[in-house]
Amino acid sequence: MTERGEGILTAATRPTGLATEEPVGRSTGWWGVMLFLTTEGTLFAALFGSYFYLRFQHGAPWPPDGIRQPELLLPLIMTAVLVPSSLPVLWAEAGIRQGRRWQLRAGLFGTLVMGGTFLGLQGVEYSGILREYTFTTNVYGSLFYAITTFHGSHVAVGLLMVCWLLVASLHGSFGPHRYERVRIVAYYWHFVDAVWVAILFTVYLSPRL
Amino acid sequence: MASTDAVVRSRRFVAGSAGGGLLLLLSGCAGGGPSTLDPAGFGARRVEGFWWLLFWISVVVFVEVMALLVWALVFRRRPDRRVNRSEPTRFVVVAGAGLPIVVLLTVYGIGLRDLAALSTPEVPPAVTVEVTGHKWWWEVRYAGVDGATANEIQIPVGEPVLVRLRTVDVLHSFWVPQLMPKTDLIAGKVRETWLHAERPGEYRGQCAEYCGLQHAHMAFLVVARPRAEFDAWLARLGAPARTPDSDAERRGQQAFLGSACVACHTVRGTAATGTVGPDLSTVGARWSLGAGAVSNDGGHLGGWIANSQTVKPGNAMPPQPVDAAALPDLIAYLQSLR
Amino acid sequence: MPSSTTERGAGPGTEVVERLTAEWAEPPTLRGWFSTVDHKRIGRRYLVTAAVFFGFAGFSALAMRTQLAGPEAEILSPGEYNQLFSMHGTAMIFLFSTPMLFGFGNFLVPLMVGARDMAFPRLNAFGYWVFLFAGLFMWASVPAGAAPNGGWFAYVPLTDERHTPGLHLDVYTLGLLFLGISTSAGAINFIVTSLKLRAPGMSLNRVPVFVWAIVATSFMVIFALPVLNLDNALLFLDRRFDTRFFDTDRGGNVLLWQHLFWIFGHPDVYIIVMPALGIVSAVLPVFCRRGIVAYPLIVLSVVAIAIISFGVWVHHMFATGLPQLSYGFFSAASTIITIPSGLQIFAWLATMLLGRIVVRVPFLFVVGFIVTFVIGGFTGVMFALTAFDQQTTDSYFVVAHFHYVLFGGAVFPILAAIYYWLPKISGRMYSERLGRYAFWLIFVGMNLTFFPMHVSGLLGMPRRVYTYPGGLGWDPWNLLATVGAYVLGLGLLLVAVGVVHALRRGAPAPDDPWGGDSLEWATSSPPKPYNFPVLPRVHSLHPVWDPRTAESTGPGATEDRILTDGRQTLFTSELDGRYERAVRMPEETLKPLVAAIGLLTVFVGLLFAWYWVAAAGGALFAGTLAGWLWPAHRTPEEAGVPA
Ligand code: HEA
Ligand code: HEA
Ligand code: HEC
Ligand code: CUA
Ligand SMILES: [Cu+2]
Repeated sequence: MTERGEGILTAATRPTGLATEEPVGRSTGWWGVMLFLTTEGTLFAALFGSYFYLRFQHGAPWPPDGIRQPELLLPLIMTAVLVPSSLPVLWAEAGIRQGRRWQLRAGLFGTLVMGGTFLGLQGVEYSGILREYTFTTNVYGSLFYAITTFHGSHVAVGLLMVCWLLVASLHGSFGPHRYERVRIVAYYWHFVDAVWVAILFTVYLSPRL
Repeated sequence: MASTDAVVRSRRFVAGSAGGGLLLLLSGCAGGGPSTLDPAGFGARRVEGFWWLLFWISVVVFVEVMALLVWALVFRRRPDRRVNRSEPTRFVVVAGAGLPIVVLLTVYGIGLRDLAALSTPEVPPAVTVEVTGHKWWWEVRYAGVDGATANEIQIPVGEPVLVRLRTVDVLHSFWVPQLMPKTDLIAGKVRETWLHAERPGEYRGQCAEYCGLQHAHMAFLVVARPRAEFDAWLARLGAPARTPDSDAERRGQQAFLGSACVACHTVRGTAATGTVGPDLSTVGARWSLGAGAVSNDGGHLGGWIANSQTVKPGNAMPPQPVDAAALPDLIAYLQSLR
Repeated sequence: MPSSTTERGAGPGTEVVERLTAEWAEPPTLRGWFSTVDHKRIGRRYLVTAAVFFGFAGFSALAMRTQLAGPEAEILSPGEYNQLFSMHGTAMIFLFSTPMLFGFGNFLVPLMVGARDMAFPRLNAFGYWVFLFAGLFMWASVPAGAAPNGGWFAYVPLTDERHTPGLHLDVYTLGLLFLGISTSAGAINFIVTSLKLRAPGMSLNRVPVFVWAIVATSFMVIFALPVLNLDNALLFLDRRFDTRFFDTDRGGNVLLWQHLFWIFGHPDVYIIVMPALGIVSAVLPVFCRRGIVAYPLIVLSVVAIAIISFGVWVHHMFATGLPQLSYGFFSAASTIITIPSGLQIFAWLATMLLGRIVVRVPFLFVVGFIVTFVIGGFTGVMFALTAFDQQTTDSYFVVAHFHYVLFGGAVFPILAAIYYWLPKISGRMYSERLGRYAFWLIFVGMNLTFFPMHVSGLLGMPRRVYTYPGGLGWDPWNLLATVGAYVLGLGLLLVAVGVVHALRRGAPAPDDPWGGDSLEWATSSPPKPYNFPVLPRVHSLHPVWDPRTAESTGPGATEDRILTDGRQTLFTSELDGRYERAVRMPEETLKPLVAAIGLLTVFVGLLFAWYWVAAAGGALFAGTLAGWLWPAHRTPEEAGVPA
């Protein structure tokens, strides 16, 4: 939010100012991001719903047209990279709450590395699968690429946001009283993680059921 | 037949006259058009009865609401009136929830019963019609008969007929208001419905699902006639097309077989075996050209062949470069195909 | 009842007012026009823009009606007709109804809850610009001859690349995706505003019904709109990049489109009608001189409709051949949803019967609403019964139903709202006489237009036909409808004239011309940029009728509700409205406009397959966002970092 240099000190010592120091209740930012993630979650839910709808309307065999069952090894490695990447975010957030700015930076950096690795692995996976089928091959191919790319682009956006935070934190903007943006990005990142678990189940495991 | 007819008429008369001028008008207009209120088939009659029930319930509830509204507007405007500050929650619950629940349970039950009645005919149908939707015409075939017509479905009267529906392109919907509610044609699926005409006659049907440019001109006619006539007609459909029996017709046939027509149209027993457009083996006897676009007479036929795009813009038949001298013969030939 | 600020108590001193004015005033420059974040200005813009789009869509309808006046007319070509009816439906639903109601929400929600702005004022400005650009994006396709032509629900496979080449459907999918960003942003903003920015003391049981309706609507947007977005994204991919979601030859399924569309589409019709019902609940009691009857039941109904509406979508697919059992279920759900509507109708009737009615133009439109909405509701119940629906679906009977609920259920309340809040919005009174003429023309015209459609539908006339043959019994009804449409158009023109007349010549409006009960009437007409010099403390559901609220803004008001230091408003707790803290509100900025321009570039780039342009637009958008949300630099002390 825009701040004015002058008057901050006086403001800080007034009753209302003191109230700002120790926020009570949820902030609008918190509600805003929760609602945003709700719409995003609904979008993914509808996408998974469409996957199952198309699958069951299509009938066996699934995947169709002689496409092999999705390989599991790489996706499991990707899971092992992405899901734990929520931990450094948590750690970073905990750090800034205590005023440890280095911890914030280190945590964000860790996330960046793990998220980047995930995207790299996704590229590796694509380069293999694209030789077998593409998004125009049939409805299965369309679903596979649409779901994974859509999620991948969320990871990419998340990484951009983490970069942005990292730059802002080098700039010295955060502290125990000012870490809302860290929290918001953290929520987004956890969300992207959780969606991946749903994708693992839907795209990679469910065809084997 | 005649007796059910009379019963129907009198029932409609009762419903109509009780409803006053508007409904009289309605039933009056029903004659001739494809009116759902002038049913001639089992399914449509079922729904017509249901409609009048729903209509009268709506009238009663509407009058009740209007009475309260008018009462308030008339008697609650005096400037000296004291405002009543009570909270009549019970009135709101009883009138706004209790009453509707009773009404809705009733009509829901009846609705389910009617839905079940629509789903399968009382006796298994003996005749199966295979109808295929095209942009923007209907291809009509009969199971076990090698032959096809277009935009015209002949059925025997007094018995259920199975209709199997497919589409080769977009969604269409099969609707004969006087006989049966709609069945959508879904790409990639085969749908089924049935028709049961109670009295002989011609019943207009029309595509009811928006299917693009000429959705407005995708009508068809269901012709119900006695079984014997139907059988004769069906036998005719399965046989080769009539051969020309005048010189003009023969020249017309030559012109026809010598032009692009054969790439798209079939005339059974000739070299014309195209399947892009309607089978023309009985085109002379059809009720219309272009699925209701124009009536089927010499003038329109000539116009259609020369440039059907002016008649039914966007349809899949390109303008044909038939030279003007040959056209009358061609028309004569096509009209002889009955 | 007090009717002006002066009678209501002295309020804070002039010194306070001066400070507030200095903090909140926006420069009257051109730049200030583009950079405003004031919810009242933005709300007004929503209203005007949506009204203009209504005019476009209405003129499309007049053209259609002219073509349909008689059989076999050749005024419009089939291609033109199909574009016009598709644009008419799409624009009325997406570019008129929802934005218009969001416009009222924008103007009124902060006032009604006693706040100084929306929770996210810049997001609000951004939402408006996106709405404007998306609307222009779609309307620009009409003169270009590339307007959507697949109907407002654009069923595949008709709308796939093979059957409809050209830009038509790309305008549709991209336009709606673009617009969806605005609608979602608006919905989030409404919810958060209503949760956090309510005046102290405004616990949930004191929230005006209109605000409840807006919040319930917003929740429906949150859950429904993503489904439409997904649907449109899939169609765009199918059309542009040859994916196979709807391609039956490659395992796709065409009914997926319909399911997704109506999972959104049905809630959407309530998204349209709910704020309108909220308007009725705001306007009607005031002209009955008492509070609304059965407030808790009404709120319950609003919430119930919001929830049940997600479980009825299949009633738009009764002829597609889904299993009978599912028809039984969806038919039941569709009948059940009438109950909360019935409760509201009878609560309004009871309010009228117990009150003392004063008939003014807004009230006339409310009465017109009740008459027409009940008729439309009844035909809705008929459709809910599958057997009846299979006979009448896709006929003009459906067209009659939805115009009765859309025109009767949404446009009448919107017109009531225009007359009711015009004094507040503009500070001017409208001409009562002009308003009454307009009402009668509209009421008669509306019924004359749409009632005959019931008849032509029953007589077997399918919808979406650009022409029809004569002699089937349809001719007189179509002619009547066309005449009605012109009468209706005349009435609407009179409304426009009335509004312009009021703005130009209207008498100055008092602060509270109607003796209203909600907080927007507790401030000046039009409200000052800071809305309230003192944020009120609320003690009841009808704060303006409650002397304690007036007292709370009187001389005894404490500094913690005046907040003159910078732009500030209050956070209160979500449920009880307990005072939490004062917060800063942002200043005006051009960033929302720039971000919206970035998005416009993205969508134009996608439309014409200029992907590099789209990427540049994306970069502009992301860059603007990064700057917009950039955290201010803090010294370690401010941030609370131990040195
Ligand atoms: C504002 C918009 C709006 C509203 C409020 C409604 C309200 C309702 N609608 Fe409507 N509807 C549309 C907009 C709306 N609709 C649109 C746009 C379409 C067509 C889309 C298209 O195809 O283009 C449509 C189509 C549509 C269909 C599909 C028709 C078809 O295409 O075949 C159905 C089917 O069930 C339906 C049902 C209902 C029901 C049950 C209600 C109920 O909510 C109505 C409830 C209200 C009342 C019943 C009146 C008040 C109640 C009382 C006075 C109490 C007493 C009542 C009784 C005893 C019954 N609607
Ligand atoms: C809120 C929704 C809404 C509203 C208000 C209307 C209003 C009108 N509608 Fe429409 N309509 C739809 C929603 C709506 N419609 C939808 C969703 C469809 C389905 C589309 C589809 O099938 O895909 C439809 C379809 C539809 C059809 C069926 C087309 C077909 O199936 O072939 C027809 C036919 O007559 C019609 C007519 C009208 C008319 C005459 C009006 C009149 O009420 C219009 C009156 C308005 C004017 C005449 C404009 C005058 C305005 C001014 C003078 C003020 C100008 C002011 C400024 C510029 C500031 N509409
Ligand atoms: C490229 C394909 C094509 C060619 C070539 C073609 N037609 Fe057609 N024809 C069609 C199609 C498709 C229709 C159905 C149009 C519609 O109703 O939408 C049709 C319809 C007709 C009809 C109306 C049939 C009915 O029952 O409504 C007649 C008659 C006809 N064609 C005659 C001819 C003649 C004669 C020629 C050659 C001189 C010809 N056609 C060449 C495709 C073709
Ligand atoms: Cu086929 Cu409409
Ligand atoms: Cu619905």
